[in-house]
Amino acid sequence: MQDASGAVVAFEHVTKRYPGTDAPAVDDLTLSVPAGEICVLVGPSGCGKTTTMKMVNRLIEPTGGRITIDGQDVTQLPAVELRRRIGYVIQQVGLFPHLTIGANVAVVPSLLRWGRERTAQRTDELLELVGLAPGEYRDRYPTELSGGERQRVGVARALAADPPVMLMDEPFGAVDPIRRERLQNEFLRLQEQVRKTIIFVTHDVDEAIKMGDRIAILQRGGILAQYDTPAAILANPATEFVERFVGADRGLKRLSLARVRDLDPIAPVVVRAGEDRADVRRRLDRSDELEYALLVDGENRPLGWIDQHDLRGDGPIDPEAATPGAPTVEPESTLRDALSAMLGSSVQLGVVVDAGGRVLGLVSVDAIGDRLRAPVRGADGRLHDVGEDLAASA
Amino acid sequence: MTMGPVDLGWIVDNLDRIGGLLLEHLVLTGIAIGIGLVISFALALLIRNRPRWYGPVISATGILYAIPSLALFALLTPLTGLGTVLTAEIALVSYTLLILTRNMVEGLRAVPADAIEAANGMGYTAVQRLLRVELPLALPIIVAGIRIATVTTVGLVTVTALIGLGGLGYLIVTIGTSRGSFGLTATLTGVVLAVGVAAIADVALLWLQRALTPWARRGAAT
Repeated sequence: MQDASGAVVAFEHVTKRYPGTDAPAVDDLTLSVPAGEICVLVGPSGCGKTTTMKMVNRLIEPTGGRITIDGQDVTQLPAVELRRRIGYVIQQVGLFPHLTIGANVAVVPSLLRWGRERTAQRTDELLELVGLAPGEYRDRYPTELSGGERQRVGVARALAADPPVMLMDEPFGAVDPIRRERLQNEFLRLQEQVRKTIIFVTHDVDEAIKMGDRIAILQRGGILAQYDTPAAILANPATEFVERFVGADRGLKRLSLARVRDLDPIAPVVVRAGEDRADVRRRLDRSDELEYALLVDGENRPLGWIDQHDLRGDGPIDPEAATPGAPTVEPESTLRDALSAMLGSSVQLGVVVDAGGRVLGLVSVDAIGDRLRAPVRGADGRLHDVGEDLAASA
Repeated sequence: MTMGPVDLGWIVDNLDRIGGLLLEHLVLTGIAIGIGLVISFALALLIRNRPRWYGPVISATGILYAIPSLALFALLTPLTGLGTVLTAEIALVSYTLLILTRNMVEGLRAVPADAIEAANGMGYTAVQRLLRVELPLALPIIVAGIRIATVTTVGLVTVTALIGLGGLGYLIVTIGTSRGSFGLTATLTGVVLAVGVAAIADVALLWLQRALTPWARRGAAT
């Protein structure tokens, strides 16, 4: 991972009041986005999230307060110069239909009067970065691309002049759920490399949880309801509004933030066909947690569970007696997916396997429950007990 | 040498003169379209910045378009002189304005809002946005207007023969109605050439538009 190339974006008592309206669209907003992090602005319509984002590149001018990028007030630069230094991605992508893909990506470099060679080199580099072969895509027109491809070009175009800050306005809102998922994952991988400071607007709380290093939840009238890490917001919603907004399933949502590799694996009692029953019985008795032994094949791949009933008597283990269908999960699986797999099986244990399907360990429903009750790290860097804010306000 | 009613000998004898009149016709048309474009571009920008002017401007150009050309020449002659290029062009330009202005405004309005938002967000100045984004995207509709205006103007130029100009109209009207066995020949020559000029100009402009907007012909993938 590279050092963050992003810059700190800070809002200080920023207010926006549109002429002819009583209530402000954004009300005394103060928050700071650390360099290289994704800050998701999320909330219902009319919460001022898009207004907030557009004040950063002065497509909308604030009525009060100030916004700084690495300490510099954004109003100190002429607006067009400021915008050329900030990447901008919108929902409808907004590629120019009369320009080729290459020329679209080169828009800001050409506004900045880069030389032809430098621009061409950068264009190819960016197309490569977003997974579009330059030779194949450079000379095509936007109408010849699919929605997902166009969105990737939009991201490449926003990155062209290597801006420290990017603004993204519902960038994946116009693509179907399957492509959205893929674009989100691709973008997160890309962000690992480029480490920009990103202000990301969405109305979808699940997208906010997935994409955000931090989430700012705004409510009607542009009031900041909570600003914290996704885990901290889900564990301790600051207000009733936040609690309702993140949804009744926030426990399950927290599970999608953690992965199987974050849990301490449980060592299984592994048995192979032909092993002695009494021996396995003794090993299983020594384990406090386990009531089942895991039957594996010669490659250490799980075949099924052996319970106490199967182990009665003497002689070798009968593989036919095993309860088949041990749910397997990978270290990269989210706890939510792991739980889902485990709840569908009669033995509520999941087998953690590597890419070759070989057993690494076990996870249990209890361990996942423990994880939900463990303290959560907030944006302040400290650990907070789950439910502490709610308990204080109750 | 005759072919039915057509006196080919007269055509051959008068090739220079016919060529001169053809050139005059092209020049009168070209000036009218050129000045018409400048004025309608200014009007389109006015409407773009102040949309409420759209109705009044289109009504005014519509009234100009509705004035019979003969009446307009009669009205202008005391002011700008009989048979002057100025008189002819004021009338010819007037007739281009409705079509050119309307298509220019519609062309600019048809520019996708997301392209404009993207241009603003990436730091185009207003002039850069107009020249590099809006006008190129409006081009197909603008050129469609230029084609109609050109074909109309080629026809109208012949009418200026009535005030002593006319390009090919001079062949059709002035010589065509004079006494002499070649009258019909002159009229037919003028008509054929005028229709030919209109058709060629139309096709040439279409070709130009296609050359300038290669993006507009590629099929959509989604």
